Amino acid sequence: MPKPHLALLAAVAAAALVARGSGLIDPYYLDVLTIIGINVILAVSLNLVNGYTGQFSLGHAGFMSVGAYLSAAVSLQAGPAVLGSDPSALAQGLFFLGALLVGGLAAAVAGLLVGIPSLRLRGDYLAIVTLAFGEIIRVTFQNIDALGGALGLNGIPPYTTIFWVLAFAALTVFTVSCLVNSTYGRGFLAVHDDEIAAAAVGLNPTRYKIVAFVVSAFFAGIAGGLYGHFRLTITPGGFDFTKSIEIVVMVILGGMGNMLGVILAAILLTLLPEVLRPVAEYRMIIYSFLLIVLMILRPQGLFNLKLRRAKRAGP
Amino acid sequence: MSEFLQQTLNGLSLGAIYALIALGYTMVYGVLRFINFAHSDVFMVGAFLGYYLAKLVPAATVGGGLLVLAGSMIGCALLGIVIERLAYRPLRRGPTLNVLITAIGVSLLLEYSGQFGFGAAPRTFPVLFPQRDLHLGGLVISSTQVIVIVVAAGLLAALQVIVHRTRIGTAMRALSLNATAAQLVGINTDVVISFTFGLGSALAAAGGILYAMNYPSIDPLMGVMPGLKAFVAAVLGGIGNIPGAALGGLILGLVETFVAGSPWSTYKDAIAFGVLIVILLCRPAGLLGKFRVEKV
Repeated sequence: MPKPHLALLAAVAAAALVARGSGLIDPYYLDVLTIIGINVILAVSLNLVNGYTGQFSLGHAGFMSVGAYLSAAVSLQAGPAVLGSDPSALAQGLFFLGALLVGGLAAAVAGLLVGIPSLRLRGDYLAIVTLAFGEIIRVTFQNIDALGGALGLNGIPPYTTIFWVLAFAALTVFTVSCLVNSTYGRGFLAVHDDEIAAAAVGLNPTRYKIVAFVVSAFFAGIAGGLYGHFRLTITPGGFDFTKSIEIVVMVILGGMGNMLGVILAAILLTLLPEVLRPVAEYRMIIYSFLLIVLMILRPQGLFNLKLRRAKRAGP
Repeated sequence: MSEFLQQTLNGLSLGAIYALIALGYTMVYGVLRFINFAHSDVFMVGAFLGYYLAKLVPAATVGGGLLVLAGSMIGCALLGIVIERLAYRPLRRGPTLNVLITAIGVSLLLEYSGQFGFGAAPRTFPVLFPQRDLHLGGLVISSTQVIVIVVAAGLLAALQVIVHRTRIGTAMRALSLNATAAQLVGINTDVVISFTFGLGSALAAAGGILYAMNYPSIDPLMGVMPGLKAFVAAVLGGIGNIPGAALGGLILGLVETFVAGSPWSTYKDAIAFGVLIVILLCRPAGLLGKFRVEKV
């Protein structure tokens, strides 16, 4: 078995171990750890599009909301019928896995539908179109009465445990890093570096972009499902463009296309507001101030420890 | 028919405000090639400056209203210049994505400082100009709408003169065409960029006050949605293109007003973005933008 698979197995085992001992951890820390895990999934999946493939997407929260809504709807509608009144832990776990996959696949389909038209555009235009799609998804949910309209969905069963969050975070990291390090996946980096050159050596840039988009949307959907079953209530307003920005900030601060950096940035940016909780009213002021200072002092990304590989040639 | 004219008028006054904000986005993009996310919060600060300045002048007079407008524009111009100097200039040589993040940081900083300083609760914006309704047949024209359209048109004309008839305006255009060549012919880019930020922020402040006159409730997060729409307007018209931003603003204002008056009013926000997507798919560089073929 190659090493990445071992690492994934070890991570899932570690997740199970943490879940076993979750009774010993303070519930507050457990909550923070859950949010960190969800943010890691979001940031790492967005890193595939924004970092490795070099396409600037600002609509990640939209895909997250698709996953959150669909998986919550599955749990609410089908849950009681499938599970009965007193389900075993295994049945509940399998059912939750199914609900998450439904959410993830729905988000992937949304990613495909958004990706095909918008990936014709480049740079800032792509950014604004993904932002627009994210907002359209939000407003659409606001207008679907079956999904609670502007009030959102309430009473979602609390299926999200620390095991699921950590296991899916590990799976996301595994999938993305295996994908970009595979022979096929070198194409993502090629598209990032130079689209014309990539096309000239026979790669299909549009195809790569769409694959990146769909995979990234799938994991955003999973993260959304985990988020919904953790918060127990979701509203369309919670998935607006501010949420997308939050994820983009993690990717850029981590150093685009730097897996470890992005994970660390996701952890740091989740912890920062929590650590600043004692200074309640100044907390977000300090947070935003630190964001500016960090970016000015470490423009190459906070955790980009490698020296620049090669200076860009040219004038 | 009068219903149609009424909606057109409402749409034009909303569109004029979007156009004013969109100009700031588009000018900054023209010289620096990045999206200034903090612009929507400068708009908010403009409205709040108007709120506080209005206490110093007699209410509901033309002179007082213009004084407030001018004061707030000057205040925000200074704010814009300071933001550029402290947050964006240190990153001038870096990739634009980093500047984007600092812009987001500045935006959050202004929003949360606003919530801390001004309070998070919405406030009622005072009456700045004398109010009177004009009845023309079935058409009701409020003086606020007239003022919004007149002020916006005046500022657009002034901007056109500055950009095309003055030395600094010529320098701005030179910089947006080719920054290196502009430096070679002796243009001080720092000064021009500061000026651009000041100009854009002053227009945002005017937009903020006009918006607050139309929808007289202001809060520290009021800039988010209009800012986003204005940004959409700038892209719609072709970002970096000044007449394009004005055109995009007007189109967006009209579309939004007509949709709001139709049975699909709850989809108002989505349709504004839908229009953007359709236009970009047909014309990938916006309505008036020039599409550049990439050369190897």
